[in-house]
Amino acid sequence: MARIVAVTGNEAVAEALRQTNPDVCAAYPITPATELMQRFAAFVSNGQVDTELILVESEHSAMSACIGAAAGGGRVATATSSQGLALMWEMLFIASGMRLPIIMPIVNRSLSAPINIHGDHSDAMGARDSGWIQLWSENGQEAYDNTIQAFRIAEHMDIRLPTMVCMDGFIISHSIERVEYLEDNEVRNFVGEYKTLNPLLDIDNPKSYGPLILTDLYHEYKRAQHEVMTKVRGVILNVAEEFEKISGRRYGLFEAYRLDDAEIALVILNSAAGTSKDVIDEFRERGIKAGLLKPRLFRPFPYEEIADALKHLKAICVLDRADSFGGYGPLFAEVSSALFQVRERPKMVNKIYGLGGRDFLPYHAERVLSELVDITKTNKVRIVKEYIGVRE
Amino acid sequence: MAVELRLKELSKKEDLFTHGHRLCSGCGAPIVVKMVLLASEYPLIACSSTGCLEVSSCISQYTAWKVPWIHSAFENAGATIAGVETMYRAMKKKGKVDKEIKFVTFCGDGGTYDIGLQSLSGAMERGHDMLYICYDNGAYMNTGIQRSSATPLGAETTTSPAGKVIPGKTQERKNLTRIMAAHDIPYVAQASISYWLDLMKKVRKAFSIKGPKFMNILSPCNRGWRSRTDDAIMLSRLAVDTCYWPLYEVENGVTRITFKPKEKMPIVDFLKPQGRFRHLFSPENEWIIKKLQEDIDREWKRLQKESSLQA
Repeated sequence: MARIVAVTGNEAVAEALRQTNPDVCAAYPITPATELMQRFAAFVSNGQVDTELILVESEHSAMSACIGAAAGGGRVATATSSQGLALMWEMLFIASGMRLPIIMPIVNRSLSAPINIHGDHSDAMGARDSGWIQLWSENGQEAYDNTIQAFRIAEHMDIRLPTMVCMDGFIISHSIERVEYLEDNEVRNFVGEYKTLNPLLDIDNPKSYGPLILTDLYHEYKRAQHEVMTKVRGVILNVAEEFEKISGRRYGLFEAYRLDDAEIALVILNSAAGTSKDVIDEFRERGIKAGLLKPRLFRPFPYEEIADALKHLKAICVLDRADSFGGYGPLFAEVSSALFQVRERPKMVNKIYGLGGRDFLPYHAERVLSELVDITKTNKVRIVKEYIGVRE
Repeated sequence: MAVELRLKELSKKEDLFTHGHRLCSGCGAPIVVKMVLLASEYPLIACSSTGCLEVSSCISQYTAWKVPWIHSAFENAGATIAGVETMYRAMKKKGKVDKEIKFVTFCGDGGTYDIGLQSLSGAMERGHDMLYICYDNGAYMNTGIQRSSATPLGAETTTSPAGKVIPGKTQERKNLTRIMAAHDIPYVAQASISYWLDLMKKVRKAFSIKGPKFMNILSPCNRGWRSRTDDAIMLSRLAVDTCYWPLYEVENGVTRITFKPKEKMPIVDFLKPQGRFRHLFSPENEWIIKKLQEDIDREWKRLQKESSLQA
């Protein structure tokens, strides 16, 4: 029996961590992820988990301790945001290079300077090339569900890769929403016992982690990482299918919203997708064939599947809550790469929105959709990349 | 059954750090590792920060380590081994591991005094059951002999070259052993490969104590010290006999000098065989040798006072 609760996003993910019961967690406070590990620390203090919690002196050490713990041979998790993820950057590549299935909820927040504690996607987008799997979540429910599924995906014997679960800082992490929790035994059965692979703690079979590999084999080592990434999509779909059986909630590589017969569409990550869906409905009521695609899996990026879902459209706006200064937004770059392989391509524009927690309101989605309607009429793109919601 | 700390007995033990590693001949680091691994009566899991020892001991599909070993990055050996040790506690609690395992790091001075100090300090404060060993060769030898905060005053390195205006490193070295003792951890010690029995006794003691322990072991580097390849033991003995590198321990706050040279030699004896100090023997740089001697005398006096007060 599912339990229906009213909780913040942080609370929901902390509950997912309680139910998955990692062997070791490392924590270091950073807004807005602080509350998540705070709640988890209470579970530890009250004996509601078996976890050994390491309260480290920096995020760099948090990820380093997670790497040591995961190499030791057990289930490991941590969480962070923004500068914390930026400080971990070096260690992210080492976690994935060592194929350690560490789970890390990311409560998305902007990057300094200027310092800003509010939500945008600059942190996780900065880590997109780090070899981690990235799952993105629209709301508390998705963040909870993704966190539980992340353990199965990361720890899968064909995968063994660290995984981030992203949700928007404050907008989701600190808002109270309706969330359906699974029963503890359902979650524990679903994630199962942790399976070790070359654990350091197997003292009778000593293993060396972290060798020097130069021109002889480094290239092959990296190709192996590329190859394992190609297997992730299949595992994610299998795990989602099993998850649907216990939860009734269906997940894919992305969510397609009223997209099948659409002519124009928005591509947008996380919480702003919720706001946008309401506006899509309004446009539909006015007889305009609008739709939306919300990626769930950003790394590895499902190029072919997303191209298939979008290729029939006339015009697309990809909305990015992060900028790649001097380049297009990171999501736009991926979606256009996906569509480049298609013969007949939709017209495409890129809007940068919501940096540092700037509100994304229905009216912003409306303006963008109206622009897409114009593009379908004139077949002309005024400007490819543009900031919206800017105070002039 | 404990193996006695006698050469005859120790020579029968398996070498857990094998031949075939690619450290330079005459390097102190593998001697440190072998002595520590030989001294331990427990199974060990080891960790190294990025550095000479790390890049030379595990290359592609070859490893010199017969104990489980992990290297993750430069500045984080303290946190990395803390993670392994924490997983060990988690597994022990669940009954998935039953052996008594000890955790040890082998890190250079760059990875310890400088970039890794925060990670080390954090691990010590949190009380992990681990022994952090710094093999101190007094510079970033792996990247080509750059100055670190362990480099002694006046020493020439590639980033503190002895020039016409600046006579090598212009700052004194950081007294890391004291900084670690100030963490009020159960055991801190300084050792030297020239006094192997002293070193191994300290390692044994460290492993017998629960909680965080730190050992600083002088590790000559003939490439960086500009000395002969067969001088490592001689130089580390001179370092002790001149009191440049006093052998002592701080156990639960009590300082004890573990070796007093019969005759305290002048620092010049330690400096002379090393090319990195050659320029100090020019008349205009005499003041540096004087200063080095004064610093050594002051610290030696302080140590003696501290140990006599607590004796």
